[in-house]
Amino acid sequence: MQKIINKLETIFEISDVVKQRDNLNFLTCKKEQAISVITHLKNIEGFSHLVLLSAVDWLEDGKFQLTYILNNPDKKIDISIRVFLDRDNATMDSAHHLWKHVATYQRELKEMFGIDFPGSPRVDESFILEGWDNIPPYRRDFDTLKYAEETFFPREGRDSNDPAEHMKKKLYPDEEK
Amino acid sequence: MKKNNKLINWQADRSKYPEMDKNGKAIIDLSSQKFTKIWQGPNHPGVTGNMSLELTLSGDEVVDAKTHVGYLHRGFEKLMERRIYIKCFPTCIRMCVPEADSNEYVLASCIEDLAGVEVPEIALWLRTLVLEMARLQMLLRTVPGQASTLSLGLGGQWGMYLRDLILDRFEELTGGRVYHMFIIPGGVRGYLPDGFKERMEENLKEIDEFIVKIEDLIFTNSIFKKRTVGVGIIDPAWVDQYGIVGPNARAAGFKRDVRKDYPYLKYSELDFDPYTATDSDIYTRSQVRKHDLIMTVDLIRQILAKMPKKGDLRAETPNVLHWKIPKGETYQRSESSRGEFGMYMVSDGSKYPRRVNLRGPSYTHAVSLLEKMLINANIADVHSIMVSLQTCPPEIER
Repeated sequence: MQKIINKLETIFEISDVVKQRDNLNFLTCKKEQAISVITHLKNIEGFSHLVLLSAVDWLEDGKFQLTYILNNPDKKIDISIRVFLDRDNATMDSAHHLWKHVATYQRELKEMFGIDFPGSPRVDESFILEGWDNIPPYRRDFDTLKYAEETFFPREGRDSNDPAEHMKKKLYPDEEK
Repeated sequence: MKKNNKLINWQADRSKYPEMDKNGKAIIDLSSQKFTKIWQGPNHPGVTGNMSLELTLSGDEVVDAKTHVGYLHRGFEKLMERRIYIKCFPTCIRMCVPEADSNEYVLASCIEDLAGVEVPEIALWLRTLVLEMARLQMLLRTVPGQASTLSLGLGGQWGMYLRDLILDRFEELTGGRVYHMFIIPGGVRGYLPDGFKERMEENLKEIDEFIVKIEDLIFTNSIFKKRTVGVGIIDPAWVDQYGIVGPNARAAGFKRDVRKDYPYLKYSELDFDPYTATDSDIYTRSQVRKHDLIMTVDLIRQILAKMPKKGDLRAETPNVLHWKIPKGETYQRSESSRGEFGMYMVSDGSKYPRRVNLRGPSYTHAVSLLEKMLINANIADVHSIMVSLQTCPPEIER
């Protein structure tokens, strides 16, 4: 593992290397070099399995962190690549040409965090949310509690404890008793 | 009888219709009245959970498929960012209902990895047992469930009865049948009850008989073979391209099993060898899962034989209501019955997780892979192909 990281450090600008376990390292690379680093790991170092692509919102720093976890199934080691993007107008180069399932991750990140991946297939199609008109909901400044209170409350209480009467009122409000 | 090879090897001539664009994708003009668009799901007996497939058909053949999820979305990952770590457990287990213990395990092990907690010996054994019991009850649904998609429902009902027996064992061990909340940060909640091993052995004997009988009921059944052999093939070249893991990858010839490759808990002390095959069709995937079932029964026997009788159930941890997890990030994985099941966790040093992201096998299997596999499939095979991938929609929209 150390050899691979040393090699990466000679070719690319790598920083903040953290050894979480013997077979799991985290490192940060520049946004412009990220796809090259990932391509190098996939094609030359044998990290052929993309475990996941995720994002973290560092609201206080004005940054998004993208995390690509790559796995080498032969050597049984993982390298996790961190990439930091500006929160305003966040865009990242697409990696859909490297793995087919990346397009799904990128589509989800566009919807949930508002991070754009120009050129990624179906990236603008809604994935989970349909007809969503608020800010992307996985951003830290989206308040789930406030949203729930505004959208679902206050609820009208029941006038009667009799279920039949309550349902009759609810379903046929215009009908007289 | 002389075999008619011409008939057996018959392939539909797709050179002229439907018309393809330069990328090899069918040109679909719905107004031409040559195509039909139908929705399979979200309420359909052949759909695994709350998802739907938007299928475009030419005759009875699928020319385009899109997976739609979101019917179950409650924003589990976002909700966990507002909860202290111990309160994340009831949310987390709902990310895959039929096999909730894998969720508990990956969440607990992420917390332990970041906080540097050593789990006691007996707790490791009990966790291994719980994970294997979860796999067993899941496979008792899935293995005969594959035949149920082709209207051979007897095996499915039989499997559900046996699954219920395992849920009885879960109930006496943990207090819950489906959601157990048995694995907690630092250890587990309780010892084995008296007489548990004997009762489990009785259940395992019944399952042994079942495994022998489903061979005749399902695997040598001519209709089952006719509908599954050579159908829903996963090209081995797709395995890394589409992020295929677990039994789906093992049926394509890849010997990948997290329990063997990245031994966790007590798997390194157990004797097992994951079954692999090469044909990579629905039948082969069912065979791989049947062998997983046999292996799981054997593993439970091994675990119960090696289970220590005494020891601490939990490591000492700070008060879980005020526990601040050190700053850092980690990824932990386990092998669920569907394949690699992992969790990525980021802590900012506070009482709440900064980000929790679940990596479920269905995320890749049910979206990009399924959409690819359904092209040119017959409409009658759609749910069979889907079930053969063992998809679980909450993992996608978590």
